[in-house]
Amino acid sequence: MNFEFSEEQLMIQQAARDYAQRELIKDVIERDAKAEFPTEHVKNLTELGFMGMVVDTKYDGGGMDTVSYVLAMEEICKVDSSLGVIISVNNSLVCYGIEEFGTEEQKEKYLKPLASGEKLGAFLLSEPEAGSDATHQRTTAEEKDDHYLLNGTKNWITNANCASTYVVIAQTHPEKRHKGINAFLVDKDSPGISLGPHEDKMGMRSSDTHSVMFTDVKVPKENRIGEDGFGFKFAMKTLDGGRIGIAAQALGIASGAMERAIQYSKERKAFGTEIANHQAIAFKLSDMAVKIENARNLCLKSAWLKDNKKPYGLMSAMAKQYAADIAMEVTTEAVQIFGGYGYVKEYHVERLMREAKLTQIYEGTSEVQKIVISRALLRD
Amino acid sequence: MKILVCISNVPDTTTKIKFVDNNTKFDTNGIQWIINPWDELALTRALQLKEESNGAIEKITVINVGLIDSEPTIRKALAIGADDAIRINAEPLDAYSVAAQMAEVIKKDPYDIIMAGIESSDYNGSLVGGMLAEFLDIPSVSSVSSLNIDGGNVELSREISGGKEILETKVPFLAIVQKGIAIDPRIPSMRGIMMARKKPLNVSEPIEVDSLTEYSVYELPKPKSKCKMVDPENVKELIDLLHNEAKII
Repeated sequence: MNFEFSEEQLMIQQAARDYAQRELIKDVIERDAKAEFPTEHVKNLTELGFMGMVVDTKYDGGGMDTVSYVLAMEEICKVDSSLGVIISVNNSLVCYGIEEFGTEEQKEKYLKPLASGEKLGAFLLSEPEAGSDATHQRTTAEEKDDHYLLNGTKNWITNANCASTYVVIAQTHPEKRHKGINAFLVDKDSPGISLGPHEDKMGMRSSDTHSVMFTDVKVPKENRIGEDGFGFKFAMKTLDGGRIGIAAQALGIASGAMERAIQYSKERKAFGTEIANHQAIAFKLSDMAVKIENARNLCLKSAWLKDNKKPYGLMSAMAKQYAADIAMEVTTEAVQIFGGYGYVKEYHVERLMREAKLTQIYEGTSEVQKIVISRALLRD
Repeated sequence: MKILVCISNVPDTTTKIKFVDNNTKFDTNGIQWIINPWDELALTRALQLKEESNGAIEKITVINVGLIDSEPTIRKALAIGADDAIRINAEPLDAYSVAAQMAEVIKKDPYDIIMAGIESSDYNGSLVGGMLAEFLDIPSVSSVSSLNIDGGNVELSREISGGKEILETKVPFLAIVQKGIAIDPRIPSMRGIMMARKKPLNVSEPIEVDSLTEYSVYELPKPKSKCKMVDPENVKELIDLLHNEAKII
């Protein structure tokens, strides 16, 4: 067993840390307040190679492993999870699915510009009435001569406006239920696509979330990913990997909050001494550290399994559920340590607490992760 | 045209410094090593000059005197964009030995411009750049805060008391650079990190050279004493403390 990181992995961690602590920190509070999309940061992180960092270099990606991706996500999300989710969706949900299951033509046409960051992607699975239960897709993809016709509405779509390429999950054969679902590559500027208003979210406010409506949108047959009826499996397999990114995001939110809490408790005085010297505070810090270390180990183990081509779906569900839940606990305690200062925006921890909440909800709620974990335990 | 940037492998600037062996040796346990920040700015400017030069500057090389454990730092320089690297396989004993080792290698394969940070952030000697220029018998300019190349002419500016001094020089020369030479050091890209292992890192065997410095003992600054709060009503206590404890009245 080896817990050492490679030189490259450490260099990526440092690069992400440098960018986050030097650049993202400057305007993160303002962007959150204004719910402003971080165009300039996306451009810079694209130049540094983060947008397609885990895609093979032959498809213009960064060629990095999943362990590096976890290290980078943690550092970015210590400061700004809106950027984190933009990177995560593009890498784990969009690029990964095309790289793993797409045809060479699809990779050439769609994956390359997504991996290089020239274009951004979005993953369209959730619907107004299909979130955790993704089997009940109402969006339809009716098979015509040389194309499919898409109709329906998708909800809570990250990167909906800034993306050029959509990966859309839709029902082709309702009678076959989830075995009739397909996944498609859809150009966002296709006629018949319209966007709902920008969602005014509690956290991760500078990420770009909309609902997307499809009205008779023509999608060429060659844009279907995999065999007819592969869509549900495709979505589940893609989400297995996506969970690692969101787990690492939750980890970053938690460790960012802990770092701030440690610093604050060494400076702030009460009852004649720094509050870190009060056991009530010191024990909170200790609890945070143990939880964060556990979450980090789950994230890294999931990443290691994925990199070594071993089954990782169970581990990534554990990582996602645990990291998200402890992110909520740790950020809540961080706000408590900061007291009144924690409740105002200037000190960052209230924002981290708002961001943590979303990690328990999206890309599979904590409850859905528990379904995945318990089913694996109880399987004969 | 070729540029050489001298880089030193130093402890991260936030490191808590400790000494061992009766305060005669720096404790390297658990230290994270980085490119000396001044050298990193020199490298950043060198890379910008190459990009602006339309091919006139063919190559940026970095040079370091250090044992194998300095290679991660050297590879970071390659990841940032240096084309190749030279590591002289010797412990950097003092400024004289470092400059002498580098001069030996540079003499065999001269460079048009050599850049060195004004000091290293660990020993703060500010000596290597000047010594190296002397060994190589080329002019050097100290405290350089900007460096521009226009055809064959090089324009430098340096901070002087109350203002700025603008100089022109011709290659070869050595620039000892300080703050202002570049704004922020570069962050390596994924591609850069991937490429770093493929770029040449040539190891050169050292020459025999004595160190001229012997470190007898290190001393850490005294920890800041705790601030004592005195009730404004209690002047007697304040006077007592100033008199008996601080002993300043």
